[in-house]
Amino acid sequence: MYPFHYLRPTSILEAKQQILLDSEAKFIAGGMTLLPAMKHRLANPSHLIDIGHLPELGCVEKREAYLVIGAGTKHMTVARDTLVKSSIAGLAELAILIGDPQVRARGTLGGSLANNDPSADYPAAVLALNANIVTDQRTIAAKDFFQGLYTTCLNDGELIQEVQFKIPLQSTYVKLKQAASGYALAGVFVAQYGPNEFNVAVTGVGNGVFRWTDAENALSKNKAIPVLNHDQLMEDIHASGKYRAHMTKVLLEKALTQLTR
Amino acid sequence: MKITINGTVQDIAVNDNTLLVDVLRDQLHLTGTHVGCDTSQCGCCTVQMNGSTIKSCTILALQAQDAQITTIEGLANQGLHPVQEAFSQEHGLQCGFCTPGMIMSTVQLLKDFPNPTDDQIMAGLAGNLCRCTGYVNIIAAVKSAAKKMQGQ
Repeated sequence: MYPFHYLRPTSILEAKQQILLDSEAKFIAGGMTLLPAMKHRLANPSHLIDIGHLPELGCVEKREAYLVIGAGTKHMTVARDTLVKSSIAGLAELAILIGDPQVRARGTLGGSLANNDPSADYPAAVLALNANIVTDQRTIAAKDFFQGLYTTCLNDGELIQEVQFKIPLQSTYVKLKQAASGYALAGVFVAQYGPNEFNVAVTGVGNGVFRWTDAENALSKNKAIPVLNHDQLMEDIHASGKYRAHMTKVLLEKALTQLTR
Repeated sequence: MKITINGTVQDIAVNDNTLLVDVLRDQLHLTGTHVGCDTSQCGCCTVQMNGSTIKSCTILALQAQDAQITTIEGLANQGLHPVQEAFSQEHGLQCGFCTPGMIMSTVQLLKDFPNPTDDQIMAGLAGNLCRCTGYVNIIAAVKSAAKKMQGQ
């Protein structure tokens, strides 16, 4: 790792001041992606502002039609939380499928979203559940937040504080893991908001998470699920675009069997 | 910074970019915690921090300040821990390099699932790689440890 200055603020307010110290300063929470990137010298922050321990970022609570989860909440906490399980079961199912136990003990919701890995799990839930991403500056709708490969609409130094998930009637997440890394070769999150209203978000197959609107329309009309066009999908040594497209449909069909219909 | 390792408070000086595993091995000479891949894949560096297993190669020492850390050395206070005994008896290792991490993860897994199924064992050890055994004896060792710890 290149040298850097480590800072440990005791509040969000202090963290917001520290991030202004240098344009190359970065927040660190769990560090599950940032630290490996720094070890490979792919990232070279001047300062690391450690927000991983701030209690202000750790809430899990219900607010009217929303389940609100603090950005610093660990994957393990989401996987085990009884309020998450009872209000958005799919979110707890998703969290237990991230990485491995050691990663789930450190990695955070906010970190996963800010990184926006095209094979990450949380973006699928955020998009399917019409979530709002609340930062220190504004509230961002999920549909505006994700902007393709490792890209979000966050400004430099903007801090995600919490995510407000709109509670669905029911939800589930199904994932095909890349055997070595545990990342999604394909992952499908389904959230149901009305008798014929389903949101379907897909991760792992393209340049970033997306809503599969053709499948949503088919489900609303009780028609057969269409084939996902594979022309624009990710192709790598792990899987072809055609295979990813096929498995996405298989995963959606499996997800629907896990919902009460 | 202050950090509690195996019940003893340590007051140590570290660089901002020092990893926890390097504090354990190089400064405190607790070399039971291994560095396998150094890329958070293999789990050989697994320790417990405040009651959860973590990979000590992927956390800065300063991130762990004020935390309670247990390493493999901290398990064997009064004779071997039942999980260590079980790995020995069931031959849940060959070269032994991954074993400290496997044992730390097994201790956590048996806290969560005192009587685990094969699937729960595989999920609980998903962050630990062994390149020798093929895992059969490791799973047998976990089950044997579960029985020991339930007094059967």
